[in-house]
Amino acid sequence: MRHVISLLIENESGALSRVSGLFSARGYNIESLTVAPTEDASLSRMTIVTTGSDDIIEQINKQLNKLVEVVKVVDISESAHIERELLLIKVRATGKDREEMKRMADIFRGRIIDATDTSYVIEMTGNQQKLDSFVAAIDGAAILETARSGVVGVGRGERVLKV
Amino acid sequence: MVLTGAEIVVRCLQEEKVEYVFGYPGGAVLFLYDELFKQDQVRHVLVRHEQAAVHAADGYARCTDKVGVALVTSGPGATNAVTGIATAYCDSIPLVIISGQVPTAAIGQDAFQEVDTVGITRPCVKHNYLVKDVREVASTIRKAFYLAASGRPGPVLVDIPKDVCTQKCEFDYPREITMRSYNPVTKGHLGQIRKALQLLLEAERPMIYSGGGVILSDAAEKLTRLARLLGFPVTSTLMGLGGYPASDGQFLGMLGMHGTYEANMGMHYSDVLLAVGARFDDRVIGDPRHFGQEPRKIIHIDIDPSSISKRVKVDVPIVGNVADVLDEMIRQIESGGARPEQDALDTWWKQIDEWRRRECLKYKNSDEIIKPQYVVEKLWEVTGGDAFVTSDVGQHQMWAAQYYKFEKPRRWLNSGGLGTMGVGLPYAMGAQLAHPGSPVACITGEASIQMCIQELSTCKQFRLPIKIVNLNNRYLGMVRQWQELFHGGRYSESYMDSLPDFAKLAEAYGHIGIRVDTPADVEGALREAFKQKNELVFLDFQVDQTENVYPMVQGGKGLTEMILSAEDL
Repeated sequence: MRHVISLLIENESGALSRVSGLFSARGYNIESLTVAPTEDASLSRMTIVTTGSDDIIEQINKQLNKLVEVVKVVDISESAHIERELLLIKVRATGKDREEMKRMADIFRGRIIDATDTSYVIEMTGNQQKLDSFVAAIDGAAILETARSGVVGVGRGERVLKV
Repeated sequence: MVLTGAEIVVRCLQEEKVEYVFGYPGGAVLFLYDELFKQDQVRHVLVRHEQAAVHAADGYARCTDKVGVALVTSGPGATNAVTGIATAYCDSIPLVIISGQVPTAAIGQDAFQEVDTVGITRPCVKHNYLVKDVREVASTIRKAFYLAASGRPGPVLVDIPKDVCTQKCEFDYPREITMRSYNPVTKGHLGQIRKALQLLLEAERPMIYSGGGVILSDAAEKLTRLARLLGFPVTSTLMGLGGYPASDGQFLGMLGMHGTYEANMGMHYSDVLLAVGARFDDRVIGDPRHFGQEPRKIIHIDIDPSSISKRVKVDVPIVGNVADVLDEMIRQIESGGARPEQDALDTWWKQIDEWRRRECLKYKNSDEIIKPQYVVEKLWEVTGGDAFVTSDVGQHQMWAAQYYKFEKPRRWLNSGGLGTMGVGLPYAMGAQLAHPGSPVACITGEASIQMCIQELSTCKQFRLPIKIVNLNNRYLGMVRQWQELFHGGRYSESYMDSLPDFAKLAEAYGHIGIRVDTPADVEGALREAFKQKNELVFLDFQVDQTENVYPMVQGGKGLTEMILSAEDL
């Protein structure tokens, strides 16, 4: 099962290695991992997308909590939540494909944020599937470069992850 | 008061009432050593290899309730310490390791004796720090001691660059430490404890399975009290030995790969299992699927939530300090008045006594050749069962665990989790320093002892009258046993050729060395050794080369699939 785990960790050097090292040492999967400081600069928020059986996910939660610098861990995918990922994609945009590419970006509510005679950079946010669908929908040969941020997420409604 | 970083480090150690620092100097820690030189409150024990420094600090911590402290230099000093740190980590031993680091400006420049110590040790410490600012030295060391000893204990490393040692700042040792990210639970959940007691009182075939957590939380007396209140059988892991008196009728001996028949059978066929500070590891329960075949309710007390339901699903988890939880259990039983169902318990004990009649630890003694088990039995007799006993790793370790009947906690020091050969002698150093005047025996083998043999020199310098009981079978015994049983008798590289004359070697270091060849001389040699109150005596027992450790559960098999003796093969 796919899970999205969010955690708050002391914003110290090496904090990221402690988390990524835990996953590699214990053989857990990381599909994506993002990290950035929060409004409180002493804390970073990490979002990890992982897969595993219920037992593995339980262990991941416990092991993350055990790290001395981890302040709080929440599996946000356990209840209603919102996930977003940012995609920056540079595509070839020449000839008749140029118009088609713009149309596809519009359909997926992407924005062209850079353009040259031959290329576009399209910015798009959404959940993983939406971005996957867009990448699948355009001509693969036209893709010059993609950069994806990995997933971030928050719980819906009243639930907050805060110290 | 304005002090240098080096002065602050030493002041912190004094504030923590550190008795001994085990270490080895080098370039990056010169300033620290200079400050150690100028005072005499904290005593330094100069080892001959940094691995032994950490092992000795670890041994010191195991047989006291204090934090062990080691001090090493940067680069190779730190890498040599890694085995010691990992050993302590696997057995949850509280240590603070201070390592020197190249000056902050040189970090990342591939400087002389530079290594990423924090990076290398990260997977085998409870936590570690690189202190780049002198103003953080005191608070970091305070945190290190707090982290090492609280919650599930473990080693904490503090890496200090050389220039930080010379910078100055106001010294103020923090009394209180609060960390928003670290709040270990101590008291168990009352509802869970009530649930556990209900299960225990209804049990027909109960079993108490106790582990190293009982030793670490100093809960041996409480465990004994609870077990006696309930009248339940008790088994212990390798790490838990001494947590319940071995001579007591309710004790079934050690369980696991080389556990007793009655302990393994009792564990497997129990209907309610109370696991206390133990973690169901592979050397204890074997194959978890086989273990799961019998339906049973499991209650698990552990301070570390991640130990619970890791290998075996638990029905009633109780997260908390073992001593606190046992206290609460005893209180509730005593005030509640309910007692276990005696008829069922009698039937269960009858079954256990039947298992006991197999006398699985019986071995064929000999007049001709020394049996290693016999040496351990005699050691137990000669020391009145009251010595601090350390061991290395292998056959001799298992014989020590099986035949030295530990009555008290913190008397048995060995590397259970990591299984580090070479710990025996440095552990004995730590134990002897912590308990001067008490008998300390290091049960070892001719292979293990050579892994830290250089420490004979440290023992001489610090006048440590350790008794080394070398069970010399000229083989890597446990490797040879597996090769005999599972690899067609092909003894690949397990024969120890070109051994030194250990008695002469001990003499070369300034100690007494005695070689013992016949069973008739075993007891006399041991008595003679322990008479030497001020000397280290190296007893080199030439033991049966073909002796194997039984009972044995083959790796990956179930607890009931025991090989009881060579005849079972």
